[in-house]
Amino acid sequence: MALSQSEVLAGLAEIVNEETGIAAEAVQLEKSFTDDLDIDSISMMTIVVNAEDKFSVKIPDEEVKNLLTVGDAVNFITNAQG
Amino acid sequence: MSHPKLNQYTPVKYSKIYSLGAARGDLVVTNDDVAGAIDSSDEWIRQRTGIITRRRASKDLSLMDMAVMASNEAIQKAGIDPSEIGAVLFSTITHPHQTPSAAALLADKIGANPAPAFDISAACAGYCYGIAQADALVRSGMAKYVLVIGGEKLSDFIDPTDRTISFLLGDGAGAAIVGPADEPGIAPTVWGSDGSHWDAVGMTASLLELRDGTAQWPTLTQEGQTVFRWAVWEMAKVAKQALEVAGIKAEDLSALVTHQANMRIIDELAKQLKLDESVVIARDIVYTGNTSAASVPLAMHALLESGEVKSGGLALQIGFGAGLAFGAQVVVLP
Repeated sequence: MALSQSEVLAGLAEIVNEETGIAAEAVQLEKSFTDDLDIDSISMMTIVVNAEDKFSVKIPDEEVKNLLTVGDAVNFITNAQG
Repeated sequence: MSHPKLNQYTPVKYSKIYSLGAARGDLVVTNDDVAGAIDSSDEWIRQRTGIITRRRASKDLSLMDMAVMASNEAIQKAGIDPSEIGAVLFSTITHPHQTPSAAALLADKIGANPAPAFDISAACAGYCYGIAQADALVRSGMAKYVLVIGGEKLSDFIDPTDRTISFLLGDGAGAAIVGPADEPGIAPTVWGSDGSHWDAVGMTASLLELRDGTAQWPTLTQEGQTVFRWAVWEMAKVAKQALEVAGIKAEDLSALVTHQANMRIIDELAKQLKLDESVVIARDIVYTGNTSAASVPLAMHALLESGEVKSGGLALQIGFGAGLAFGAQVVVLP
């Protein structure tokens, strides 16, 4: 069953926390991965791969550069769940 | 039509790596030396790559000079005469001549003339490709001893202002002598390529574009995120296959020797393999940098020299890079 936007956000926040140590509650929809959360490209890719596993979706390399904010990622994952 | 039966080579059952040799660039290049041109800092480079220094060769130290030094050490440690070398395989992407090969010149310089000699273009996978071929040549009986070299002078092909790869790169050469053995010393190789990502790591331009004046001197470049994903998660699968075809488990390993691309790739790859703490992970990148085809033999050589691993233990070695190309095999440490 497809997860809701808030469930995806909570799951993604957990992944971000595991990879970077950033508190899960700091991972909010409007936050920019690079400017606000200071996540670099390698950590971003680790988060993407873990999110693919967790939510059973595919996030192609060319899509990753469009995921500027946490909200972008949450929306992409929510829609990709079909 | 009948004809006399053709003779065949006499195969031998097993091969092993007899010895390694190493040569690094003569210059110690710090992060501060390279940070300015990419508007970065020592701290940023350490955090993102694990590199503290990279070794580069001065103008007077050529790729061939380093290859000769590494080869001579390996030959001497193997206790063989260079005239017994039955093939010279030189893995490199920085030999500055399209032809003739670096291998033929190296064979002559080390006293292995007239051994068959050729270059291998498989970038950071090149050394493992070379070991795979050396293993096959020895076991088939085509050659008694094979010299495998992974050597690069990458500093001839970098752009100091490039933020994708140049600041990681170093120069060096690593050599191995492969020969016949009483027990298996090189397990089956898992190798392959994925040309659908042909441009994920490569050069900024071709020589034809340089000739036509439409491009500057070609230098190395990469799509970092694509390469990182492939290098960790696809290579973790390859590494697991290499263990499986060797018939061993991760806990049987003494060492993991990956291509020294970036410390975060090495760490993440090791994490994916769920290695015991007892397995030594090669981290030669910290002081040598990324030396492409030379990185696996240089890293293994460093582990043996420091005493962190002992001769006779098992190591999983894996190279991966431009092509994309990859090669992995479990070997007995020389």
